[in-house]
Amino acid sequence: MSSRRSRSRQSSSSRITDEQIIDLMSKLQAVLPEARLARNDRVSAARVLQETCSHIRSLHREVDDLGERLSELLATTDISSAQAAVIRSLLM
Amino acid sequence: MDSKRRPIHGGISRNPNSTSKPAMAFHFLRALSHIRLTTRRGSSLARRTLRIRRAAYASMACSAGTRRAWSRALLRKLRSPAPRRGASVLPRRAARTTSSPDTDLRQALALRRLVPGGAAMEHCELLEETADYIRCLNAQVWLMQAVVHGLGDLSN
Repeated sequence: MSSRRSRSRQSSSSRITDEQIIDLMSKLQAVLPEARLARNDRVSAARVLQETCSHIRSLHREVDDLGERLSELLATTDISSAQAAVIRSLLM
Repeated sequence: MDSKRRPIHGGISRNPNSTSKPAMAFHFLRALSHIRLTTRRGSSLARRTLRIRRAAYASMACSAGTRRAWSRALLRKLRSPAPRRGASVLPRRAARTTSSPDTDLRQALALRRLVPGGAAMEHCELLEETADYIRCLNAQVWLMQAVVHGLGDLSN
């Protein structure tokens, strides 16, 4: 990785090793869905970061969309029996 | 009484990950119930949606508690009365010394804007916090899908 060279040149107060960076990058790769990056592939740091940003943005969008759907449903549903049903489904 | 302050250590195991689904579900469902109860007739969908979205991020932050930098940043943001727009746009100088060149830097900057509290993090911390934040987001999405599914079933 080209980033490796510049990192070792920089003297940071917290001694970050290249291994740590690689390790963290692979952990990050692990939480990304397979569709974005094949887990075992060695990809560039920039690519991992790019896919990560993309993934977070899509998750934020999903939260927004689901929030809207919930908002619509809340208006029309009887909440007390809804809560019981939801809790039941969550526990199963 | 700020009920959000009550720490719920849903992690019985020593799992450092913040995705405690029971704690998250508890917070979120309670918030939803509160929103439902306090929704006045004729109040806009947009306003309710905003409250629900806020509740989603609050339940995420509460389930992670103060264990994580991102959750602490989220909690701070949620509790402050006047949200400061654009507060975390630029990373601070200290963080820059551990960042990477050019293309990585651009992406790292973008990431800092996306992760709560990302602006002030060291590069390594940013990576670790990001992974945890994503895990927590996944859990929150799962939870919301379950609730939508549950409520949807009822309306049918």
